[in-house]
Amino acid sequence: MAPRILAVAEVADGSLTKLSTEVATVARQLAEAAGGEALGLVVDASPDAAAQELATYLPTVIAVTNPAVTSEVVAPHVVAAVAKLIEEGVTHVVLGVTPDGRDVAGSLVGLTGLGLLANADTVTWQDAGPVTHASVLAGKAVTSSTLTGDRGIVTVRPGGVTAEPAASAGTVERRDATAPAVPAAKVLDRVAEAGAEVSLEDAKVVVVGGRGVGGPDGFRIVEELAQALGGVVGATRASVDAGWIPYARQIGQTGRVVKPELYLGLGVSGAMQHRVGMQASKAIVIVNRDPDAPMAEVADLFVVGDLFEVVPALTAEIRARKGG
Amino acid sequence: MQILVLTKPVPDPAAGAERLGADFRLDRAASPTVVNGNDEYALEAALQLVEAHGGEVIVLSMAPANAAETMRKALAMGATRGIHVTDPALEGADMPTTIRVLAAEAKAEPFDLLLAGIDTSDGMGGAVAAGVAAQLGLPLLSSAASIEPIRETETVRVKRLSAKGYDVIEAPMPAVVACTQALGAPRYPSLKGIMAARSREIASRSLADIGPDVAPPGGWATKVLEAEPPSARAAGRVVREPAADAAREIADFLADRRII
Ligand SMILES: Cc1cc2nc3c(=O)[nH]c(=O)nc-3n(C[C@H](O)[C@H](O)[C@H](O)COP(=O)(O)OP(=O)(O)OC[C@H]3O[C@@H](n4cnc5c(N)ncnc54)[C@H](O)[C@@H]3O)c2cc1C
Repeated sequence: MAPRILAVAEVADGSLTKLSTEVATVARQLAEAAGGEALGLVVDASPDAAAQELATYLPTVIAVTNPAVTSEVVAPHVVAAVAKLIEEGVTHVVLGVTPDGRDVAGSLVGLTGLGLLANADTVTWQDAGPVTHASVLAGKAVTSSTLTGDRGIVTVRPGGVTAEPAASAGTVERRDATAPAVPAAKVLDRVAEAGAEVSLEDAKVVVVGGRGVGGPDGFRIVEELAQALGGVVGATRASVDAGWIPYARQIGQTGRVVKPELYLGLGVSGAMQHRVGMQASKAIVIVNRDPDAPMAEVADLFVVGDLFEVVPALTAEIRARKGG
Repeated sequence: MQILVLTKPVPDPAAGAERLGADFRLDRAASPTVVNGNDEYALEAALQLVEAHGGEVIVLSMAPANAAETMRKALAMGATRGIHVTDPALEGADMPTTIRVLAAEAKAEPFDLLLAGIDTSDGMGGAVAAGVAAQLGLPLLSSAASIEPIRETETVRVKRLSAKGYDVIEAPMPAVVACTQALGAPRYPSLKGIMAARSREIASRSLADIGPDVAPPGGWATKVLEAEPPSARAAGRVVREPAADAAREIADFLADRRII
């Protein structure tokens, strides 16, 4: 039986998320390597625009119009649509590592008993199945794992592959919603918080302020440096716990996992729980007054110094070079 | 209210001694064990809820035999009793089996809320809470930053962290809640708590008690083929110069890499 590999996409403000384009690319490349078929799924109140975009990556896209997702959490509705497609012959389901992606993956495992290969950085097709490569144990090892059966679920982390559209665009098939097998929680309100809305995963430059930044005032110079570099501001748990910056900015085991071109850490010690969220960054630059801080183990450039002196000087230097 | 909290004993991340054994499974002897950090947030939230509303907090773990000691710490924080599922046949259990086992145990223990950490520091799969909810046919409220049971409607309201802030979501109880750090820091066990925990019950359950059909006859659904150390980063450069010179060094580094 030739594999049928399903990419489950996510929609934000009507369009496809960046990670979804990567998930679609993974599914298509696996199907090509396996001599199988790739397809995509979008479930939304108005899925059309996202489905069209997804079809630039995949030969077939199923667009499920489901008005319930405006007033209910989306995962159970996605689970219902995926479960139906599994009944119809989908063998492998690929999802992104996001809050909703994880909820859908976990629910599917609970409902179907299929195996889960979680948190893949990259996925290849070997022999008869997908092999995922994932960083485990706080970055101490990279494992290659596979399914023992001919069906299963894979979740992929952001930035593992570069999204590549297919040679030709696919077709979109519209479908009605399937009623969820598990009850969906109602959404009573969606609250936007200042400072939360930023995509750390998509940023090319992430400037992180740790406890050494000292307070909200300190974050102002972090913000200025991030602006000069065209980057976004991230945080350690210490600075989140202190209330200097929203939890949405936290990088690490219990926060976001980032892989930017540049990670610039200011007053960050480099605890393991933080490093699992950033150690795959392309370049790592640290400013810390303690030369023995654990960040020294992963830094490409480690500046021993007081961030309150180095950061303003660096911001000025960058502005001068960019202006000149 | 009755609250069941899934607590997984994991290698202490602070000790930094986690490693994989020859079979690519976690070498559990290599590192001291603690309650998974995110499960501690769940436990703290559960303790606060029974302090406010009355009831009982029961911790449920599927773990090797020697994990009972780690479960004691959860009891020392204030949980009333523990259930410890342990069976040599469950060593290296895959995700579907773990979910089936925990769901089967949860079914035997009536609860209003089942709380679990959003993921674990060793596995990081983040699938267990959702899987158990699906197995039990219960609503899942995930990424919880606050948990508020509402007596009149027998529902639970949760602030669910979102990309933009949070969503306020609500579902009927019983329900499953996946907990985050945003719920607040866990308490330290008091001396009194530690003493009291010694006499609290940890019921030990084997596969035979639960029902042998939770473990798949054909073996686990996933397997690890190999494990390697991460590719080493080249040694970095250390700069100890006055701020202005250091700033120029960083700018040169960024320019070399075309970041500026
Ligand atoms: C279950 C669990 C989960 C966790 N999850 C996360 C997570 O997701 N993300 C995370 O980040 N942490 C997490 N942590 C916390 C983690 O263990 C560390 O406590 C945290 O990362 C430390 O943050 P920090 O580096 O900002 O602070 P510190 O460790 O206090 O380091 C501050 C650094 O700033 C330097 N410094 C101070 N002043 C200056 C100055 N003027 N100039 C230059 N340098 C200066 C100091 O030398 C020091 O190295 C978790 C912990 C647990 C138990």
